Amino acid sequence: MLIKLLSGDTPRSGLLAVLLLVILISLAFAPFLFPGTRSLETAAKICIFIVLVASYDLLLGYAGIVSFAHTMFFGIGAYGTALALSTTGPTYGSMIWGTAAGAIVAAVFALAIGLFSLRVKAIFFAMVTLAVASAFAVLVSQLSWLTGGEDGLNYSIPREFKPAFKLVDEKIFDVRINGKLLLYYLVFFASLILFLTMLRIVNSPFGRTLKAVRDNAFRAEAIGYRVVWYRTTATVLSAVMAALAGSLLAIWLRYTGPATTLSMEIMIDILLMVVIGGMGTLYGAVIGATIFILAQTYLQNLMGVAAQATSALPLVSTLVAPERWLLWLGVLFILSVYFFPSGIVGRLRAGRT
Amino acid sequence: MSDTTIKPRIEKVPAAEQLVQKLPVLLVPVLALAGMLAIGNPSTWLTLTVAGLAMGMMIFIMASGLTVVFGLMDVINFGHGAFVTVGAFVGFTVLAWLAGWTASPSVLLNLSALLVAILAAMLITGGLGYAFERVIVKPVYGEHLKQILVTMGGLIVAQQMIHVVWGPDEMHLSRPEALQGSIVLGDAAIEKYRLVAVAIGLALFLGMRHILKNTKIGLLVRAGVENGEMVESLGYRIRRLFLIVFMTGSALAGLGGVMWGLYQETITAHMGSEIMVLVFIVVIIGGLGSVEGCFIGALLVGLLANYTAFLAPKVALISTIALMVAVLMWRPQGLYPVVKAK
Repeated sequence: MLIKLLSGDTPRSGLLAVLLLVILISLAFAPFLFPGTRSLETAAKICIFIVLVASYDLLLGYAGIVSFAHTMFFGIGAYGTALALSTTGPTYGSMIWGTAAGAIVAAVFALAIGLFSLRVKAIFFAMVTLAVASAFAVLVSQLSWLTGGEDGLNYSIPREFKPAFKLVDEKIFDVRINGKLLLYYLVFFASLILFLTMLRIVNSPFGRTLKAVRDNAFRAEAIGYRVVWYRTTATVLSAVMAALAGSLLAIWLRYTGPATTLSMEIMIDILLMVVIGGMGTLYGAVIGATIFILAQTYLQNLMGVAAQATSALPLVSTLVAPERWLLWLGVLFILSVYFFPSGIVGRLRAGRT
Repeated sequence: MSDTTIKPRIEKVPAAEQLVQKLPVLLVPVLALAGMLAIGNPSTWLTLTVAGLAMGMMIFIMASGLTVVFGLMDVINFGHGAFVTVGAFVGFTVLAWLAGWTASPSVLLNLSALLVAILAAMLITGGLGYAFERVIVKPVYGEHLKQILVTMGGLIVAQQMIHVVWGPDEMHLSRPEALQGSIVLGDAAIEKYRLVAVAIGLALFLGMRHILKNTKIGLLVRAGVENGEMVESLGYRIRRLFLIVFMTGSALAGLGGVMWGLYQETITAHMGSEIMVLVFIVVIIGGLGSVEGCFIGALLVGLLANYTAFLAPKVALISTIALMVAVLMWRPQGLYPVVKAK
């Protein structure tokens, strides 16, 4: 049953299995284990980013395609939901049709970009997506009558998901069962389902063919698989997943703006998470996203301490200043591309044998 | 013994086909003409055209290195934008030191300050290019996926280092005295600096063409683009050639950075990655690896961006994307595809 749920793709490493289990349990019981708004925000962000990063891994790790438009699809999903909620009011209906519309628009965009530029080299696709994504980000911030421009959109969500809504009056384990908690579990279970769906996709015959195309496109073509079709389908699938993750973020934050969904910084974060966690395995996305977001939230405090401790040394203290954490992740990123391209998960799996 | 020498037979290409091959060259005047019709007012048009040409030239300066590097070694450097930023910051720092020179009314002193700034920027970005090639690009030759990832990582690190060295704030600087203000031509006001930018860009393009067409190193570069393995087997060290080209490309990015910075008069740590979008569009339009295509693409993008910024400001960046799509529909490999014998 469990193996079927994981589509036969077991962690294949004791330590990895333990890590994944710890992450799953911590996320599943986050509101009870780590009370407080900040940790709940972090937990929800981890859930959403696991889906987002896994969908990117579908493209980068399984299909071998580098795209810089992933935040664009993420943003399309978020804005779809945000626009639906802000125009037609906070109902479940508008939540659903906004999410669906976002996913469909993302799929159409991905199809167009894919058919247009996947025939040529990987580099070409990377460049085209970079250009298109930044043009899209500029367009969104320009069309302020529709998207709220740089300020983004604030809107409300169905009443049952608001902190003021109480499901039961008593506290359970000292935690108030309110709308925020319900919303967290919506995000958690949606992310879990999406993740398991992706696990199903990559372990299907389609996923295997995708890997074949990645490893040797020429040979795959010769055997009779239509490479362009597989690549385009992978692009579309990953775009839809990213859009759904975007919708989750939009519902969770009750705010959608260019900085939270479309910016190049998020694209770079996603890249870092995939590579550090491990390309070509969806568990890498789980590990990468969790470590990265924990580091983003808590490592900076640690670096602040380090910066204070070294404040006597001028250069060192600027290097370990909390704002410079991306520098070290960048170095880690380059080193991991060189020395362990299969990331943390690959290391763990290799260590087993 | 006959005195006939053996000559290679070169087949004449029919005139119509030649015209089709030359067609992209005509795109620039056609676009300029279309801009004239759309804008209507000749003096506004002149101002915008000069602005567009200046912008195009600056983009060309930044893009040319990138495209040659790709043509020669199949390496695309996503960290190219970092050189642009570093160049701009070095140039601005030097110009700030030489504030006495730039503020003086003497044209000679102004220009020499600019020259010193440009040289310093090119030297530093060239050196940085050397380090970048050795440390970041060299280990991943031939693997596109890793190249993209690693050069992107290089960009992140370089951007953060700029923050460390110059701090997170943007820098402002006014242009040297002699380059401020504009020349009035009829009704049209043309900024002097733009003319200088056009002149530098044009000189660079002609110089580059000259080097590529008429010198031995240019011959080797072109041969390397055509078939690198063959050049190597003839005894030339193509890796070293590539290193030189990479450093030159980086230095040119630095030059472009100084010029762009002076054009905007404000620089930020992420200006490089913003411009890179335009640079990539230009490189794609021109055809990866082609200098001529890159030049035409840069002019097209520069002109179009300025025309649309005047006519419909909201769609300025989208218009360049539309241009890219249109060009790719017409020629899927770009205007002048570089034929690879691979």
